[in-house]
Amino acid sequence: MTPPPAPAPESLTDTPVRASQADITAEIDALHRSFEQRELSGERLPSTVHDFPAYRSSVLRHPTKNLKLVDPETIELLSPAFGQRDVAAIESDLTIQHAGEPLGERMTVSGRVTDSWGRPVANQLIEVWQANSAGRYIHQRDQHPAPLDPNFTGAGRLITDDAGEYTFTTIKPGPYPWKNHVNAWRPAHIHFSVFGSSFTQRLVTQMYFPGDPLFALDPILNTIWRQKDRDSLIAVYDHELTSPEWTTGYRFDIVVDGPDATWFENDDERGEQS
Amino acid sequence: MSVPARTLRATPGQTVGPFFAYGVEYDRMNQVVHPFAPGAVLLGGTVYDGAGAPVPDAFLEIFAADSDGRMPRVRGAFRRDDHTFAGFGRAFTNDDGRYEFFVRNPGAGAGHPALFAAIVFARGLPDKLHTRIYLPDDPDSLASDPFLASLEGAEQATLIAERRPDGSLQHDIRLQGENETVFLAF
Ligand SMILES: [Fe+2]
Repeated sequence: MTPPPAPAPESLTDTPVRASQADITAEIDALHRSFEQRELSGERLPSTVHDFPAYRSSVLRHPTKNLKLVDPETIELLSPAFGQRDVAAIESDLTIQHAGEPLGERMTVSGRVTDSWGRPVANQLIEVWQANSAGRYIHQRDQHPAPLDPNFTGAGRLITDDAGEYTFTTIKPGPYPWKNHVNAWRPAHIHFSVFGSSFTQRLVTQMYFPGDPLFALDPILNTIWRQKDRDSLIAVYDHELTSPEWTTGYRFDIVVDGPDATWFENDDERGEQS
Repeated sequence: MSVPARTLRATPGQTVGPFFAYGVEYDRMNQVVHPFAPGAVLLGGTVYDGAGAPVPDAFLEIFAADSDGRMPRVRGAFRRDDHTFAGFGRAFTNDDGRYEFFVRNPGAGAGHPALFAAIVFARGLPDKLHTRIYLPDDPDSLASDPFLASLEGAEQATLIAERRPDGSLQHDIRLQGENETVFLAF
């Protein structure tokens, strides 16, 4: 069977005809090859590309002009600051937020947040959110006909310690379908929102699990066009983090980006008030 | 003092997806100051896509100095105790694509025009976008800013809020297309 020709980008979001997985996979491969070519010819490309039409809802939502390179202002070199008092301890255990225990594989996720020079991002906020073990979000717009779990909300908050380390307990999320194309499924993932030491380092990303067969099929993961960068979003199973009769352990280290101006910022002036 | 080479590769960003609301919402998150605090003004606008349609599933974060130009350096950026100025706010767009914050007018730094640092996140946006929202009130300081001066007039205009007669600030974000907002890399 010959796949139909790809429609023009401007018609993608409202076209009633959705692409097949084979079409999308071919688009992903072609996009990755074009980025490799552009890099070979000397262009500097970001790790995550905004212009990635295989992710259909991005077609009208990404800037078409190059980002303007600018020296950060003082405010951009500082960060909204959090502290242990911003977050209750219960918020870092997603399995104890209801009367009963959620269904699914209980897990511990731990890691360290650093800057590009390996310096810890201490006492900063991480927000996480995820689907339940059946692949269903509690969000009302999630129409996936998988069961909600009355004992699982799927949102947590944590604060890194003085060494930039964080840890939280949850259950493993399931993969879920979405409508990007026919038979589109997201690999299982946990959403992370991370504050660095400066506003320029703000990061929202997703953590994945080793060996997921959906990686190559997913246009969202593949907006990150280099294999080694995609690999950095895959948590590592860590038997040292696994606790007997209780949870399996995964490690996910996070590196927030520069710029060079952030090298000079130090955190000492910031008071731990109240 | 020179900056040493970076030793670690940065973790790449990803879209916030469609279901961020329950993950990142917190109490009074769009109130950088209380709506009835002295000097409180409304900062609002609409986020548009490349077809001119409002984007109902985006959120903005802003971070700015206090009205005297002092930088917020206190911990507790989620707290809303109505006397600590933490300078940070977050606002979801509503079904009409509109966001609203309650803020104070940030003060200008030495030799710099007054501004809000801002970040846009949305379903369908593969990674965060940094931008700025400058106050329109001091044309001389805007004109003498080297970054703004490096932009064409139409580009400049996408970064400068409009002051309404009631004192509020109006500032739309266009992710794509005509009058596309200027987004930043550092
Ligand atoms: Fe998700």
